[in-house]
Amino acid sequence: MRGGVAVFVRRLRSSLRGWGGVGAMAVGCVLALAFVLLLPLTQSHGEGGDGGTLGGQGLANGSQAKAGSCQESEAQNDTWSPSSADGPTIEAIKARKGDARKLIVGVDQNSYRWGYRNPNNSDADLEGFDIDLVHQIARDILGDANAVIFKAIPTSQRIPAVEDKQVDMVVRTMTINCERLADVAFSAPYFKTGQQVLAPRSSSIRGYDATLAHKTVCTADTSTAFKKVTADKASGKLPSSVKVVTVPNQLDCLVRLQLGEVDAVITDGALAASQAAQDPTLKLEGPAVTTEYYGVAMNKSAQDLVRRVNQILVDYRADGWQASYDRWLSATLGTDSSASKPPAPQYLRKS
Amino acid sequence: MTHPPISSAAPPGAGSALPTPPPPRRTAFAEGIDQLRTAATTEPGRLRLIGAVLALLIVAFGAVTAWQMTARANAADDVLHHSQPLSSDAAEIYRSLADANTAASSAFLAGGQETDASRELYESDIRNAATLLVTAASNAEPGSPADKAVTKLNTLLPEYKGLVERARVYNRQGYPVGGAYLRYANDKMQQDMLPTAQDLYETENTRLSSDYADATPYPWAAMALGVVALAALAWAQLRHYRRTNRLLNHGLVAASGATVVTLLWLVVGHAVARSGLEGSYEHGVRSLTVLHDARIASLKARGNENLSLVSRGAETIEVDGKSYDTYYYHFDQEMAALGDGLAQAAKLADGPADSKPVVAAEANMKAWKQRHSAARQADENGDYQTALDEVIGTKDATAECFESVDKNLNTALTLEKHEFQQRATDGRDAMTGLPIGAAMLGVAAASGALFGIGRRLSEYR
Repeated sequence: MRGGVAVFVRRLRSSLRGWGGVGAMAVGCVLALAFVLLLPLTQSHGEGGDGGTLGGQGLANGSQAKAGSCQESEAQNDTWSPSSADGPTIEAIKARKGDARKLIVGVDQNSYRWGYRNPNNSDADLEGFDIDLVHQIARDILGDANAVIFKAIPTSQRIPAVEDKQVDMVVRTMTINCERLADVAFSAPYFKTGQQVLAPRSSSIRGYDATLAHKTVCTADTSTAFKKVTADKASGKLPSSVKVVTVPNQLDCLVRLQLGEVDAVITDGALAASQAAQDPTLKLEGPAVTTEYYGVAMNKSAQDLVRRVNQILVDYRADGWQASYDRWLSATLGTDSSASKPPAPQYLRKS
Repeated sequence: MTHPPISSAAPPGAGSALPTPPPPRRTAFAEGIDQLRTAATTEPGRLRLIGAVLALLIVAFGAVTAWQMTARANAADDVLHHSQPLSSDAAEIYRSLADANTAASSAFLAGGQETDASRELYESDIRNAATLLVTAASNAEPGSPADKAVTKLNTLLPEYKGLVERARVYNRQGYPVGGAYLRYANDKMQQDMLPTAQDLYETENTRLSSDYADATPYPWAAMALGVVALAALAWAQLRHYRRTNRLLNHGLVAASGATVVTLLWLVVGHAVARSGLEGSYEHGVRSLTVLHDARIASLKARGNENLSLVSRGAETIEVDGKSYDTYYYHFDQEMAALGDGLAQAAKLADGPADSKPVVAAEANMKAWKQRHSAARQADENGDYQTALDEVIGTKDATAECFESVDKNLNTALTLEKHEFQQRATDGRDAMTGLPIGAAMLGVAAASGALFGIGRRLSEYR
């Protein structure tokens, strides 16, 4: 009888233990499944934020409807003629008191040789081609090259920051295009660039062409490069075997390239050069496949400031531009700056 | 045996070999019943039967008590020495990883001015995680979810470390791609490693809960058998009194006494053990879990605070149509989680001694929030160096607040761990000796019953 009870209970226990095991496995499966299902969500969440490329966004998209008569090929000329006269915007900046008497400029802090906080500088000061220009503008307007408050703004916040007047201007490798002209005003172009391919020197990739077949390329999420590659794959300009990986920021492409997760990076030449400057085993391959111009973005109502910046740029192109180019960019873009120097500006905006 | 051979089931050829089928044999059960019926017709027979039944009931009671209490005592011992330490270890793996991630970003921000202390903190966190993973691996069954989680973490840990080292090297050279590497390392930590560590923690907690579930249920079978045995003993004595007019049968009285003692020991011992174990769960495990979660939240908040200065606006997140800096957004989320956790921990704390470190941590957290908003404002106004000093500096920086929060939470965790161990040990000790005692008392009681019945039987010879 004792044995009988013991056996019965043991059997019951072991059968329960069996169910416990099954239960644990089921729980494990559910957890694993939930993990698998949720992981892409969380990832896409991280990348979904439009901290896209530091370069131009949405250039290729025709925005004629939005910007009225704006022609994409002429967008860089849609600005007011230069003038040194002070207007209400400049007077308001000059009227700032004490420590606040500074120009507030939105810049990038992560673009090597353009706008970058070098941890080895005293006080981790910003440096780069864009930063030189900002100092020049501050010197002209406020008489002090260092009278600047640099605000780090993410790519996606460039236009809202200007529209909401959080900053006086944005100098941040920003491409002039029709879509943006609907929201902000641009200075005359201060740099010419275009989408280009960055690949290891040892790679068989030779440019934005058929050598990209069966390769994985990296672009920043929602960037011009991403839109162009997608469109060119669809139209047959690029082999359909090109695989595209997107990341939150163009700099992340360099990480993926160095880790061997992608074969090439597509971004605008200026930023590709900034990446190449950090890794001598990489090289810009082939010519630029688009033409883009960087401009200083300002509020649409700040006509006097735009004219003033255009005047500063006239002087800067004559004296300063080349020195800055030599210092920051010649190592990777070449000592000949003709491909980067914008043509003589036209000032076609009248009102 | 119990099935009579049925001739119709036999093949026709074989059936023809048997001249006449024998009469079906009666079952053993029916024969036994008959024997018992015969035996019960005489008083000695009845006495023998009663003696056998009493002895069996008492032995069964003792055996079931011993068995059920052994299972519970073992489970309680597992709670104390196996599953809770493993659950604690898993929590510690999680904490070490999160802490390493935070330390890596602090060291990164300091750049070339990285201190020995911050480097050592990062290295010791990594070592600690690696060591604990070995323990966890040796306690996981091959192929189990815990085993898979440990394997995955073992693969990811060197990958993570490689990314952090690259980030460091590039940063020292002054290349911004260093920051991108650190963000990538952070992504790996937040999206692959910490969720896996969380899985491991949950698996170990399942084991802990199941050990608690094995240790605390009432031993109903033993109790019921005890009551039945006592009732049978009472009936036998009443019968004895009616038949013989003798008030006491020494053997049966001794048997009853031993059974009562065993039953009382069982009920009281288990009740004490149960309350000790439940107390260890309510006052130990629950507080430990809440404090652990709060500590993780503070670590993650600190990591995000550091990374906001590393990323400098490189990543944004869109919530309800508004765009935020990814790391500042997550900082606010984690600080809210820390606040909730601390409030809950304060509620669970038993008395002022337990709640003191929690209250102190709440004060640290408030100071942290204030200093953080000052640092964030400096950062947003482009005063990066001030922001950096206010976050990783040595004077009035948020680093100080974070470290105080962490220290106070560690104190609180140590207190609660002590509380858990004390209560769980008390609970387990209440069951010590019960299985052996029940077995011995059972044997003694059964002997008593047989002896008492034997005395009566001898009167018939």
